[in-house]
Amino acid sequence: MFDLRELYQEVILDHSKSPRNYGRPANANCQAHGDNPLCGDRLTVYLNVQDGVVKEIAFEGSGCAISMASASLMTEAVRGKTEVEARGLFKRFHSLVTEAEPADADDTGALDKLTVFAGVREFPIRVKCATLPWHTFTGALDRRVDMISTE
Amino acid sequence: MSATADVLRSSRNGPETAAFDVWRVREDFPILKQKIYDRPLVFLDSAASAQKPRVVIEAIRYRYAAEYANIHRGVYYLSQRTTQAFEDARTKVQRFLNAREAREIVFVRGATEAINLVAQSYGRTFFGEGDEIVLSTMEHHSNIVPWQMLREQKGVVLRVAPINDAGELLLEEYEKLLGPKTKLVAITHCSNALGTITPLPEVIRLAHDRGIRVLVDGCQAVPHLKVDVQELDCDFYVFSGHKLYGPSGIGVLYGKAELLEAMPPYQGGGEMIISVTFEKTEYNAIPYKFEAGTPHITGAIGLGTAIDYVTALGTERIAAHEQAVLAHATERLKEINSLRLIGTAEHKVSILSFTINDVHPHDVGTILDREGIAVRAGHHCAQPVMERFGAPATVRASFGLYNTTEEADVLVTGIRKVLEIFG
Repeated sequence: MFDLRELYQEVILDHSKSPRNYGRPANANCQAHGDNPLCGDRLTVYLNVQDGVVKEIAFEGSGCAISMASASLMTEAVRGKTEVEARGLFKRFHSLVTEAEPADADDTGALDKLTVFAGVREFPIRVKCATLPWHTFTGALDRRVDMISTE
Repeated sequence: MSATADVLRSSRNGPETAAFDVWRVREDFPILKQKIYDRPLVFLDSAASAQKPRVVIEAIRYRYAAEYANIHRGVYYLSQRTTQAFEDARTKVQRFLNAREAREIVFVRGATEAINLVAQSYGRTFFGEGDEIVLSTMEHHSNIVPWQMLREQKGVVLRVAPINDAGELLLEEYEKLLGPKTKLVAITHCSNALGTITPLPEVIRLAHDRGIRVLVDGCQAVPHLKVDVQELDCDFYVFSGHKLYGPSGIGVLYGKAELLEAMPPYQGGGEMIISVTFEKTEYNAIPYKFEAGTPHITGAIGLGTAIDYVTALGTERIAAHEQAVLAHATERLKEINSLRLIGTAEHKVSILSFTINDVHPHDVGTILDREGIAVRAGHHCAQPVMERFGAPATVRASFGLYNTTEEADVLVTGIRKVLEIFG
């Protein structure tokens, strides 16, 4: 049987209990709101983007351990990255949590800590929880301020 | 030997006096035998949809395999037999609810369609700008949204009767909402999120004293309680078949005959007409006026069989068994310090909603699932009541007639596992 500890790894539990970069930065110049109506996860991602670089990122919201940890780890992963790099990271992350053999296998090193979410692929119903922060993040990058939904 | 047959056989002593043997009853439900992730299935989501006894599955299979044709149409044998079975099912529903006449029973897709039918047919015809409809905080979205749609169309006003911290309707506050402009009370019989049983006799009396009609959403009541629409004197009563161990896609609208007769059709089509010319159409009598098109024939017949099944087991014996399981489960859950029960009304059906400190219901649901335990995690299509308790979501364990106290213990063990993982 698949061990639940593979899903709820220490890093995930730690970030869900003590999310990093939680709050609303004063210098945010774009934001987006994301909502997963199935389980009630909701969060807002705030960005300060300058010259195509994510200078600042933070989030506020509430939800399950997977979504909160994903948001927290995402903020650490994309800060300082260019828009193009950050979107590329989401692509690899999406592949990690949905595909049995993630694309760019040689490249997963770039995911670093985000690989703790590999267990999510064994729980298809929870994929949306892990990807909601990322959808919301790219929504903010698109300068969209309207609602992002996983539905 | 199935439990039903056994009960039927021993009915000389009256089904209410025979002991309720839940292990024998479980034998009637083929789905309960399976293992999920190598664990015995513990199905605690009957409030969402109940599992089906073999007699229901068999009734549907038999209908399609041996005796099926369209109803109310053919002069031939199979059509007559199917029509008879369909109308027998209507009579079974009538007796089950103790309605005065079978023509007061309209087959619909489910409670949702029944409420939409009343809103669009009765509401749209008889309500106008400024007329008021009283709901409660505990309503399922299906008893909120159809009235909001009517508000868009007709300018009616929705008023909401509040509940206390236990999840009980505040009768005095409810009474204050009933005014000269109130045209309808649309209220749940039992809350799907909390399990609360609404004090319907008082609710209906207070409305009727003022000439206000009452629609009751009975979805969560009919699987657990004896319902008598004449004794309640409600004007409309709706429920879905699939929560009563019957098929999905079939439900019931009960309405007092004089109200149904005064209402215009909800949908147009075949079956609901007597004659059609391009100039004029004459509508059929009730209930057919509301049953446009070929209905869910096997669904209605399957529902009739489900009603036979629960009736043979005995509604009161089912209730006694479920209340014993509920009491046991409630006590066991209270042992867990970090668990908060939401919905602690004095009178409840076997539904337990709860949250666990610092653990989101969705995570609880995932961990319990791996233990073979099926619970609902979410807002239960009742977001206003979730908001009332400041919880965007809860875990809900609901117990049907086939659930055991042992399964409640497995749930508690599963929750301990959640706490272990989340440390």
